[in-house]
Amino acid sequence: MSKPTVAFFDFASCEGCQLSAINLAPQQLLELLEVIDIVEFREALSEKAYHYDITLIEGSITRKSDIPRLQDIRNRSDLVVAFGACAHIGGINALKNFQRPEEYKKAVYPDTPDLFETDIARSIDAFIKVDAFIPGCPIDTDEFVRVVKNIVLGKNPDIPDYPVCVECKQRENVCVYELGLTCLGPVIRAGCGARCPSNGGYCYGCRGTIPEPNIYGQKDVMRQYHLTHDQMMDQFKLFLNHNKEVF
Amino acid sequence: MGRIINLDIRHITRIEGHGNIRLNVRDGKIEACHFDIVEAPRFFEAMIRGRHFDEAALITSRICGICSVGHQLASLAATEDAFGLSLSTQEKCLRRLLNAGEYFESHTLHIYFLAIPDFVGAKSVLPLVKTHRDVVVHALKLKKYGHDIGDIIGGRLVHPMASNVQAMTKTPTEKELFSIIGWMQEAKMELMLNVTTLANLSLPDFNRDTEYISLYKPGTYALLEGDIFSSDTGVASYKSYRELTQEYAIPNSTAKRCKHTRDSFMVGALARFNNNYQWLSDNAKSVAERLNLTPKCTNPYKNTLAQYVELIHLADDAIDAAQTLIAMAQPLKVEERIVSPVAGIGIGSIEVPRGILYHEYAYNEKGFIKTANCVIPTGQNGQNIENDMRALVPQIVDKTDEEITLMLEMLVRAYDPCISCSTHLLDVEIIR
Ligand code: SF4
Ligand code: SF4
Repeated sequence: MSKPTVAFFDFASCEGCQLSAINLAPQQLLELLEVIDIVEFREALSEKAYHYDITLIEGSITRKSDIPRLQDIRNRSDLVVAFGACAHIGGINALKNFQRPEEYKKAVYPDTPDLFETDIARSIDAFIKVDAFIPGCPIDTDEFVRVVKNIVLGKNPDIPDYPVCVECKQRENVCVYELGLTCLGPVIRAGCGARCPSNGGYCYGCRGTIPEPNIYGQKDVMRQYHLTHDQMMDQFKLFLNHNKEVF
Repeated sequence: MGRIINLDIRHITRIEGHGNIRLNVRDGKIEACHFDIVEAPRFFEAMIRGRHFDEAALITSRICGICSVGHQLASLAATEDAFGLSLSTQEKCLRRLLNAGEYFESHTLHIYFLAIPDFVGAKSVLPLVKTHRDVVVHALKLKKYGHDIGDIIGGRLVHPMASNVQAMTKTPTEKELFSIIGWMQEAKMELMLNVTTLANLSLPDFNRDTEYISLYKPGTYALLEGDIFSSDTGVASYKSYRELTQEYAIPNSTAKRCKHTRDSFMVGALARFNNNYQWLSDNAKSVAERLNLTPKCTNPYKNTLAQYVELIHLADDAIDAAQTLIAMAQPLKVEERIVSPVAGIGIGSIEVPRGILYHEYAYNEKGFIKTANCVIPTGQNGQNIENDMRALVPQIVDKTDEEITLMLEMLVRAYDPCISCSTHLLDVEIIR
């Protein structure tokens, strides 16, 4: 049997996920190349193929003119994976959705606000069917390798659907609420090893929410810790733009 | 004669981001020659308005994955400048380490994955896995050192979470610092052993003098602090960065362009090498000599060599920073962060792998951002790339379309443009 062909594409993004995907130890890369055949990776390759078995798409869609390209990629792919927060949940790009277009255009191109096309930033599933996702901003390298192997073997991607708090407790961290910070850990999907609270930070939600998150409970906790409505919303806006129940 | 060259290279591969080259030559005369950045604009300067100072680095980090550390450090420096904060020796050393991590990741990726395949006639690094496995393994190892340092110091290299205004929220253990020293010594040895791989590349013989701009702090190979130095006009305060960048928007490119005294200038490894050569470490200088690289070098293709030299310097500098930290009382404490916002303007200027990066924020008295301005290296280089193309094309006009395309793509790639920053591959369109 020939190896499945894998392609990477990107739209509006920082390309940090593609970068994280190639953050492999030599042995890891060689092993991965035993099971897949990378045929399209603009950042690292100049070859081009026509059909792909597995396509990983990074980035959110912010221009109407990008939609035909996205659909074309979909039509040429058996499986599409939303790769990283921008593609999966709109990512940081969606922060501009909370401002009026005239405002943000003028802030960046004061003299020529209408020179370039831009629209609301959306996740790719707003336009095409998505078969799987790898969450995170950026994605976690080990999770990427694991999920790709899952897919190649025809298994469901092995991505946790419990909250970050679970991993945080496993690591025996002191909850950052005790330290005077606020954290979205209770409603955010684990899988990062509670990276931020474990490194002196707090979870700001880059992996998106767990299925059926208790947003009311989360807001209650944040209120108990004296966050104002605006402060709470500011935290949610960073990565949860596409959770209708939040806003 | 009478040949019409009509090249349209869309989505140039093996660069970070999306860019196009359009070239139109009629009877040996250039009618059009453009380097356009066609990335979707992302509006970060607008998105961070109204955000709290503690979030500025977290958000602007996402401008670019490969320069995320640089964006964070520039962002932190801008905030610290606005609030009048100065950094402890511990914090300065930690930032030097995190920055070394990013340079290792970024320069290695550029030298081995993006630039070298051109010279061995490969379309990418992947075929090299079979033909030059040792080189690929060497490159992956160097890159991994960068990521591992990032994990230790920042929590991760791409969008670190430990870097915060005034002080990191995490400190390395003594054992981790010793590991970093070990990796950097190994990296240096490997780089010095492999110099011939780079020395044997036949780089195009193309020279064009331009203005070179970099950070400047006498006595150091300035990367994280200093004033600005121009090879044309000398030293200027970092506060006058707008004077030295003069941004303007052009129709076909979502990244803004910059100019200073001439209509273009160059930033990046070659500019730093030209301006600050005397402060490179001795090891780095000896590698430069083996690569035949001396200042002032005006061949933009040699930017890749300057990056190689910088890796040696960065390894030496990281070892020094780690040793300084080890000499302090162990275990290192997480420093207390007491930040009192002050209304006003702050500017951060940092040398990221691709050149000098500026962040400027205006804060209100509560520490929320009113306005922001970020000037990105690739935007600063844009016009210089185009000017190089204009100078190069008449010298190579007799070559085939394929050869011209390759040389133009190599030129663009030599600048290591990171277009996701400037807004994002390259398409070359040659119209003869
Ligand atoms: S720090 Fe955050 S992730 Fe950890 S237990 Fe507390 S709320 Fe949950
Ligand atoms: S802790 Fe939260 S913000 Fe940090 S990496 Fe994990 S999901 Fe993302």
